[in-house]
Amino acid sequence: MAVMAEGPAVPEEARPKSEAPSRERRSQKGTEPIPADRRRLNFRARLRRDRSLIIMITPVVLLLLVFNYLPMFGTVSAFEYYDPIYGFFHSNFIGFKNFTDLFGDANFWHAFQNTLVLSLVQLVLYFPIPIFLAILLNTVISTKLRSFIQAVVYLPHFFSWVLVITIFNQMLGGAGLLNQFLRRHHMATWNIMSNGGMFKYLITFQAVWKEAGWGIIVFLAALAAIDPALYESAAVDGASRWRRTWHITLPGMRGMIVLMLVLRLGNALNVGFEQMLLQRQAVGPQHAEVLDTFAYYYGIGNGNFGYGAAAGLFKGVISLILIYAANKAAHRLGEDGLYRK
Amino acid sequence: MSTLSSTSNPASAPGRRRTKPGSGAPRKRAKGRPVWEEPPTLIGRFGKSTVLTVVVLAVVVPLYAIILTSVSSEGAITRAGGTLVLVPDGLSLGAYRQIFSNGVVSRAVVVSVVLTAVGTAVSMVLSILAAYALSRARSVGHRFFLGMMIFTMFFGGGLIPGFLVVTSLHGYDQYWALILPSCISVFNILIMRGFYQATAQEMIDAARIDGAGDWRILWSIVLPTTKAVTAVMTLFYAVGYWGSWFNTLLYMPFDNSKWPLSYVLYEYVNLGAKMPGMDTGGATVQHQIAPPFAISMAVVVLTLLPILIVYPFLQKHFTKGMLTGAIKG
Repeated sequence: MAVMAEGPAVPEEARPKSEAPSRERRSQKGTEPIPADRRRLNFRARLRRDRSLIIMITPVVLLLLVFNYLPMFGTVSAFEYYDPIYGFFHSNFIGFKNFTDLFGDANFWHAFQNTLVLSLVQLVLYFPIPIFLAILLNTVISTKLRSFIQAVVYLPHFFSWVLVITIFNQMLGGAGLLNQFLRRHHMATWNIMSNGGMFKYLITFQAVWKEAGWGIIVFLAALAAIDPALYESAAVDGASRWRRTWHITLPGMRGMIVLMLVLRLGNALNVGFEQMLLQRQAVGPQHAEVLDTFAYYYGIGNGNFGYGAAAGLFKGVISLILIYAANKAAHRLGEDGLYRK
Repeated sequence: MSTLSSTSNPASAPGRRRTKPGSGAPRKRAKGRPVWEEPPTLIGRFGKSTVLTVVVLAVVVPLYAIILTSVSSEGAITRAGGTLVLVPDGLSLGAYRQIFSNGVVSRAVVVSVVLTAVGTAVSMVLSILAAYALSRARSVGHRFFLGMMIFTMFFGGGLIPGFLVVTSLHGYDQYWALILPSCISVFNILIMRGFYQATAQEMIDAARIDGAGDWRILWSIVLPTTKAVTAVMTLFYAVGYWGSWFNTLLYMPFDNSKWPLSYVLYEYVNLGAKMPGMDTGGATVQHQIAPPFAISMAVVVLTLLPILIVYPFLQKHFTKGMLTGAIKG
């Protein structure tokens, strides 16, 4: 997600108008460009003109149809007693039974509650860290040192969750470095990796370790866009370092902070599926079961596909509402959010 | 909802180092503290360096310890209490000899390399083509395709229907199931499209006048001027395939001769299952077999190593210019 702001995402509205003529020139390859009102071209002529573009996009469209859109229609299995032998079309249609079962299932509500709690903890504890680190890093004067630190903190972003959990196990787990140190000094051991009560903080810490460094990229970009003259004139006017941070740096990052917050809220139900799945065994489902793992274990683990699909559909719909609500909130704040009004 | 909003100006693209808005001249940071800025307090200076040191060490120390342990002798690991070794104390490459003479890990390395290479190639080719097609505004169906792609970012059928679709296409235990269902990242395509749109229109127009078609323009103009984003996206996709674990869990969890390395790491290091071939004839002759813990760490290092090797090499692309004077020159 963090990369979003990196690209020079030029909004379509702002594209130079020079593109329109270029379109027409295409149709008369090799001849003098003749300006013509492209709207006069009928659909077939445009199709002919753009045939290579259509060919270019076809594979991706086909893949999305098969692996993204087909599953959307596959959610019909949430209303079926799905049997792999009969498939989507011939399984028993049971209406909303999967959903009524789901809403009567204490485990499901527990997973839902876990999802919300974990998401909230991550929001409060994780979200400010990249902002803080970016401001801190921006004050490092030596360019070399700054790019070295950046290179190091970006690195864990490229590790898979399997790798991250393995590393955490070796550092903080029961047989890990920390506990070996405690044992050697005759102190009580503390196995954080399988401590259910600590789990929400543990996964937040893991998320910080893996992604916080990468998360600073967008904030550094926002900081780089602040006019340094502002700082200078503020300093000349006697504003202290803190006042400059408060009145220049933070307002300068406001748009980016709101955007990241919107993304986070829209993703509130995605709390790290692989991360949970990998540690569910160690801390127990009562702490690590979230909506995604619920759908996985009940759907694929138990072979109750319709039930799992119902849980997944529930999550998808709530997520859609959350994205919509978060963007509405961003628009209220006068920011763009994920999409424009 | 038609387009992702532009969240930054082109100056913040990864390739452009911090530039002063407007002037385009690089901000002179290297020269030191500006005259108007007061020197930091002792506490501030100390606090800042402490935080940054801790942050760097939090990443470096675990990697260092794991790499060191994987090349440590049994004695060193025993003296360290059976956990990670922090101080070099007797080195041995036994763990690597052991895992490479063992079928599971060496096969997994081959599988992972091929999977990553093929997957990344497929993903990149398809993404580049789609991003280019979408970057040509006002082409036929442009809005429709864009909307169709963006919609998948907001809503999906969910895990189970996806799984059911792949299995009903007989994807179970097939390598294509590890690649095709997740080979397209709409997000990456949109980023690439942003860069392609920023390619100088003058060059494209000039090429069109010279008779170049879209394929030619993509190959000879757009791609050479957007090498940085190509490199970064290749890195993203490759890292994704290299670490891909969940798809294996979904589609081929039982056949260990087909597993990629990250799944081997999960099964034998995370879950602690016994690696086949590791106990044949060696369990009693302890000095001949590498310590199991070093073997585990060697598997971890194998999954780490390609990232550590490729990362600094590709990182320079973050700092390279997007359009290195193609117009002015």
